[in-house]
Amino acid sequence: MDSASLQPSLYTVKAVFILDNDGNRLLSKYYDPELYPSMKEQKNFERNVFNKTHKADNEIAFLEGLTIVYKGSIDLFFYVVGSAQENELMLMSVLNCLFDSLSHILRKNVERRCLLDNMDGVFLVVDEIIDGGVILESDPQQVLQKVNYRADENPLSEQSVAQHITEKLALTTNVLQSAKEQIKWSILK
Amino acid sequence: RPRVASDPVAFSHLGSGSNPFQHLEKSAVLQEARIFNETPINPRRCLHILTKIIYLLNQGEHFGTTEATEAFFAMTRLFQSNDQTLRRMCYLTIKEMANISEDVIIVTSSSSYVFPMLSPQTTMLQAIERYMKQAIVDKVPSVSSSALVSSLHMVKMSYDVVKRWVNEAQEAASSDNVMVQYHALGLLYHLRKNDRLAVTKMLNKFTKSGLKSPFAYCMLIRIASKLLDETEGGHDSPLFDFIESCLRNKNEMVVYEAASAIVHMPNCTARELAPAVSVLQLFCSSPKAALRYAAVRTLNKVAMKHPSAVTACNLDLENLITDSNRSIATLAITTLLKTGSESSVDRLMKQISSFVSEISDEFKVVVVQAISALCQKYPRKHSVMMNFLSNMLRDDVNESVCLWLGGFDYKRAIVDCIISIIEENPESKETGLAHLCEFTRTATRPFAQVRKKGTAQNFKSAVSALAKFGAQNDDLLPSVLVLMQRCMMDSDDEVRDRATFYMNVLQQKQKALNAAYIFNGLSVSIPGLEKSLHQYTLEPLEKPFDMKTVPLATTPISEQKTDIAPVATSKLPERLAPSRQDIYQEQLAAVPEFHGLGPLFKSSEPVQLTEAETEYVVRCIKHTFARHMVFQFDCTNTLNDQLLQKVLVQMEPSESYEVIHYIPAATLPYSQPGSSYTLVRLPDDDPTAVSCTFSCTMKYLVKDCDPNTGEPDDDGYDDEYVLEDLEVTVADHIQKVLKPNFAAAWEEVGDEFEKEETFALASVRTLDEAVGNIISFLGMQPCERSDKVPENKNSHVLFLAGVFRGGHDVLVRARLALADGVTMQVTVRSGEETVVDVILASVG
Repeated sequence: MDSASLQPSLYTVKAVFILDNDGNRLLSKYYDPELYPSMKEQKNFERNVFNKTHKADNEIAFLEGLTIVYKGSIDLFFYVVGSAQENELMLMSVLNCLFDSLSHILRKNVERRCLLDNMDGVFLVVDEIIDGGVILESDPQQVLQKVNYRADENPLSEQSVAQHITEKLALTTNVLQSAKEQIKWSILK
Repeated sequence: RPRVASDPVAFSHLGSGSNPFQHLEKSAVLQEARIFNETPINPRRCLHILTKIIYLLNQGEHFGTTEATEAFFAMTRLFQSNDQTLRRMCYLTIKEMANISEDVIIVTSSSSYVFPMLSPQTTMLQAIERYMKQAIVDKVPSVSSSALVSSLHMVKMSYDVVKRWVNEAQEAASSDNVMVQYHALGLLYHLRKNDRLAVTKMLNKFTKSGLKSPFAYCMLIRIASKLLDETEGGHDSPLFDFIESCLRNKNEMVVYEAASAIVHMPNCTARELAPAVSVLQLFCSSPKAALRYAAVRTLNKVAMKHPSAVTACNLDLENLITDSNRSIATLAITTLLKTGSESSVDRLMKQISSFVSEISDEFKVVVVQAISALCQKYPRKHSVMMNFLSNMLRDDVNESVCLWLGGFDYKRAIVDCIISIIEENPESKETGLAHLCEFTRTATRPFAQVRKKGTAQNFKSAVSALAKFGAQNDDLLPSVLVLMQRCMMDSDDEVRDRATFYMNVLQQKQKALNAAYIFNGLSVSIPGLEKSLHQYTLEPLEKPFDMKTVPLATTPISEQKTDIAPVATSKLPERLAPSRQDIYQEQLAAVPEFHGLGPLFKSSEPVQLTEAETEYVVRCIKHTFARHMVFQFDCTNTLNDQLLQKVLVQMEPSESYEVIHYIPAATLPYSQPGSSYTLVRLPDDDPTAVSCTFSCTMKYLVKDCDPNTGEPDDDGYDDEYVLEDLEVTVADHIQKVLKPNFAAAWEEVGDEFEKEETFALASVRTLDEAVGNIISFLGMQPCERSDKVPENKNSHVLFLAGVFRGGHDVLVRARLALADGVTMQVTVRSGEETVVDVILASVG
């Protein structure tokens, strides 16, 4: 059974997806038409994967008969999926390349809002790394060179800067708030 | 990662508000897309709209054909823009939309170079052929890579056209760029994979030249190990040396691929495994979780067959049992359970109990299997393991009713495991049964509530499981009957049907009925039954429907069970895929000459009739019908300068078998397999004549042709090719059937036609060997795990079950005793006397 499924082939990646920290899909690509052909099956799979992985940053999981490597960053989760027999390190090299390339074009702000603001660049990066399930490139430098995309090509309008700052502030307040709560509870205990 | 990230509440107020793509309306976006037609082009706005379109497609928004086609034509204008990002997004959008819109040409793009090309018609492909050939050998690596990968995608549609680009791909393979090397190798292999000689040559070349790309190395390792497997090459082959040398590669990915390839090879000796095991041992202490996971998963596999080879890693595995990645910890513990000593069992079981609730069902099954293997090894530990198993069962039942159903597969694994412990350890019977009964009681309690939450499919299996408990256990029967009664009012048709059926059977309280309908169940193939019933309703006959005309299910349950990889694929049971035999049935039904043969009874495994690497490769599949046999010859022509026509295989039988029809394969072009059939009537007058030898000759018309264009000459000449002899044996007349409860089946058939005979197997030295020989000779299904001979015994009983051609159940009990050679007493039972005679005659 194992040798049969380890057919020598360039088709390494079954799927790749990026979810936010509520498990919502921001980008997702399925390369094997037989794997979860309908949108409903895909979203169920993503939901299941998210539920099993978002609590612990374990890097690798095995679910529904598939090997999944993943990585979290602030409020984002990046997943690369391959078959049970796939070389786990190959999948890791795809994940690392994806993450490093995005980290560069997002100028190290690998978080949801920044990703959504540069969605075109994200689509292009994914397209440069994987073509129909085949690993096209695994070196982030090469990917960046080919995509030739910079986040600061889109200077922020005044309004969006203001919005951005408000959000950042809100975020900070929130972190402080939750820290306060935690301290309070630990004292009360 | 900061603590905040895992706290969704902290972000929830930002949530939807900050998504610029939230609440996008498809129609509004398409409306906006009208600015694509404006001059001059506004790159920023257009870019934004394209992004929105891709985002919508990604979320599963459906675009109608007209919408997509219109948007596509508007987009083509944007190619004129000199904004590079815009052009690239344009290609990307078109690629995403390609499968919806009409007349769209698929576009593959790479950096500033683009290959607009390829509609499904080959004519179109030919038009771009020259362009593609140039692109494959382009000096810019990304162009070459894209062209190679696009060619690979195109192979599915037009193999013949892409095949002509082999020379260019060959040139690209010697590129300095690592990715180009990898993609060229992948394409070359894909084009040549049916030609073993060419693959061998290619491997020789690349293993010597030394590639730079680690990906290409991994690919080479896979090709080499596949070739080794197919040619059954010994481990002294240069291919094996190559794989072993990759263990010293400087890239971890390559090292792991090589180690994994060696571990997966059949018949590896402990000495050959040692270097692979020691690199895996190093990986166990890697800081990268993925590498630790890969290593321990592979070691787990080694431990199944060669536990002693892994003992050297015990210390490293011990360090992993507390790994924060529970998958790694579970695999480490189950591996240690296989390699460690009896004294460590208690400690390991305790460790795994501490987090068993955190691991996924896939790995729970791995744990249960490891325990099952352990029970065979250390029978004295059965009480510890039994306790552990029943705790696993109980915890979940009490925890939540849903889990009981959610994890049904894994529950079944536990129950199976307990049952097999009971079978193998007579002394554990009492405790085991007590645990099972307790499980049944606990499980039946929430049974009624289960219906509300579980899916219908699970519930159906639950009803069947319940019936089994009722039939096995008299004191549980009343409560099972009450539950069944309740299920008879269920809203699901099938649940009602099943419950009514089981209720009626159980109420009879007859052992024979329980055996036939609850324990042993239906052994026919479900798609086959459906087809037969459909056929029956189309042509109403006077006589009642005969179950015996239905093809039997070909994959007995127990075979799957023993072979499950440690990491079971959970997707398997969901779809009821047609079996291999159902596929053959369909293919044979398409040949008019075979109408009227009745249903297909059995199809054999393919038999090779030629040596490896000859001009023509022929294998035969024997299809058995009630009174006929059809021999299917799958022929492949490996000569690219020949076209074969009217290919048939002439057969000369040694017995009174009569060849009545040849159906030739019309043409056999280079490397495209074709099938020719020979129809043979079995001798009516002598039903005991089950074995026969056929001498086979392949006859055909040869037309020489141009190897490059494939254009054949007009004239041809007749030729023939002698194949190896083909044997038909008793096994071809018997289909395997698993009787989960052999004793009940034995009683059910009765002793009316029972016959017994004693044989001496002088040439056989061990009981294992005798058991293996009998099973493969009779082609019957071993039951009650009797195919496994316990160690250090000198007598054994083998139970075999099958159905003889024509639909007669046949059961064999073989008592074996080891003295000087093996003495065997065979008892055969069947509902038909001739069948009993045939079996005994063929054994003698």
